[in-house]
Amino acid sequence: MAITELGSGTAGDAPALDGGGRARPRRFLRAVFHNRKATAGVVILLIIVFVAAFPGLIAHKDPQAAIYPQNLGPSFDHLLGTTQLGQDVFAQLIYGTRLTLVVTLVVSAIATFLSMIIGVTAAYVGGLTDRALSVTTDIFLIIPVLPLLIVLASYLPPGTVSLIIVLCATSWAFQARQLRAQGLSIRNRDFLAAARARGERSMYVILVEIVPTMTSLLAASFLALAVYVVGFAAGLQFLGLGNSSQLMWGTMLYNAHQAGALEAGNAWWALAPGAAVAFLGAGFALVNYAFDEIGNPALRPVRRRRARASS
Amino acid sequence: MRFVSRRLVLFVLTLWAALTVNFIIPRVMPGNEAQAVLATYKGVNPAALHALEVEFGVNVHQNIVVAYLEYLRNSLTGQFGLDAQRVPVVSEIMSKLPWTLALVGVTTVIAFIIGTLAGIVSAWWRGSRLDGILPPFLFIVSTFPVFFVALLLIYVFAVVLNWLPIGSNYSIGATPSFSPSFIGDVLNHALLPAISLVVVTAGLWTYSMRNNMITTLAEDYVKMGRAKGLPTSRIMFDYAARNAILPNLTGFAMQLGYVLGGSILIEYTFSYPGLGYLFYTGTTNHDLPLMQGLFLFYTLAVLICVLIADFATAALDPRTREP
Repeated sequence: MAITELGSGTAGDAPALDGGGRARPRRFLRAVFHNRKATAGVVILLIIVFVAAFPGLIAHKDPQAAIYPQNLGPSFDHLLGTTQLGQDVFAQLIYGTRLTLVVTLVVSAIATFLSMIIGVTAAYVGGLTDRALSVTTDIFLIIPVLPLLIVLASYLPPGTVSLIIVLCATSWAFQARQLRAQGLSIRNRDFLAAARARGERSMYVILVEIVPTMTSLLAASFLALAVYVVGFAAGLQFLGLGNSSQLMWGTMLYNAHQAGALEAGNAWWALAPGAAVAFLGAGFALVNYAFDEIGNPALRPVRRRRARASS
Repeated sequence: MRFVSRRLVLFVLTLWAALTVNFIIPRVMPGNEAQAVLATYKGVNPAALHALEVEFGVNVHQNIVVAYLEYLRNSLTGQFGLDAQRVPVVSEIMSKLPWTLALVGVTTVIAFIIGTLAGIVSAWWRGSRLDGILPPFLFIVSTFPVFFVALLLIYVFAVVLNWLPIGSNYSIGATPSFSPSFIGDVLNHALLPAISLVVVTAGLWTYSMRNNMITTLAEDYVKMGRAKGLPTSRIMFDYAARNAILPNLTGFAMQLGYVLGGSILIEYTFSYPGLGYLFYTGTTNHDLPLMQGLFLFYTLAVLICVLIADFATAALDPRTREP
């Protein structure tokens, strides 16, 4: 036990987060599974992916059919009760998973890509481009996100596509700054000088030479964004800026809140999708937290250090 | 003073960017949202209507640059026109501001103190059981959506236990005054929203504080302090935490945007009539002038706090004062 951790620990001088991704993936995966937080997070995410992929295996009722008695509390027949219209809440929760997860993943992927392009370009190209991109990033970091999201969303027709667009447009800044810092740190390495000497174009150098060295940092960015997107997407829909006929956890929350579900006796209609959002966010957050610990040896639990010192 | 002047430039640029975003959005978004909204403004004060038309690009036959300059001038002199209720946007905002200011101000300070203390303590006893439980717990809770915490607290404390009221800022029929009973009533109504905000935001400061603190605890001057036999609390707060808190101070202002976003959702969940609830009513009424005014106001609020944090950093950290 101590030996394997010693192994991953000595990679500390070139932490996994900025290290070249070549020989490390296996060691990295092993580190993930030695970390209890990461394991918990991965299990949560796997459960949610399974539910999103095969909702029919878990819920056997039609989520949209308004055919049951209205405003029921939880019972054996309706695990989480029914809605004001007489739909089964449990079926809605299960069938709402897929779209919620898809929106989160799509937004996080696009926003990670945006922040990568902006951050790395600023770092690599430098000069005026860097100045302009950095100021833009700083501005987007300061402008409060939710008010901007609300204003943008109220101009667009409610729906998944609008949701994805506004979330992507507002969420890239923090990661762009991180990636710029990372880009600056490798900017003067020899392999980039070699690429420049070969006469490669900037975009080629960025995408083919720099980005592959950042895979784990990009993964960390993706996870951090996912934590945040889950909450903001649900928050926007909860405020009524979604399409309440599209089945997602956020729209369930909106419908439940509008119907006063907490006081009407079917509190789980509101609490269950809220808990689901928290569960998904916590899954991403746990993996991300562990990522930080793995990538930054200084933050690891000290028990390991003692083990190393005594061995 | 280069640090402060650089931050002042960013202040101006961000304000300008927010104003420009406000001006551009109605012009580039598909559909005729703004036109539809402004078509309902019949028989209002022509000057106010004109200000709105300039902002939203409706019925304006002037050059876009001229319109832009006129819009900037209107904004800088505080003319944001009327909202859908025919009330000036600025006075609408000002009338709701005290409720939000009290709620967000108090909870943010409490959350910052709790979160930072948790970070200091867990870094000091690093590797202890406390360190193993407190920061991850606060971190996970801080990733919970604020409205989920709010709904849960409403369900437990207002619906099931019936200890605390929900909705509004004071009981229906109570007359606002400075009597103890009225103040008690206000606090009673503010308690659940405040707890929700503290629960969700305290963890934002813990994680970074703990990490900074771990770094500073390894510094030689901390060892020096120990060697001199200084009391633990002196080393913990005056030597280590004082230095570790600097990045958190900058983070404080950055996180404020997030906290304000949280307050919008909280006020909506609790029907607490502050700026956030006003924002929500703006979305349901499709009240674009009100929403864009609020967006600018929120940006300005964050900017002012960022600037205060920058001055505080400059005062506390000699390195930023070097030319």
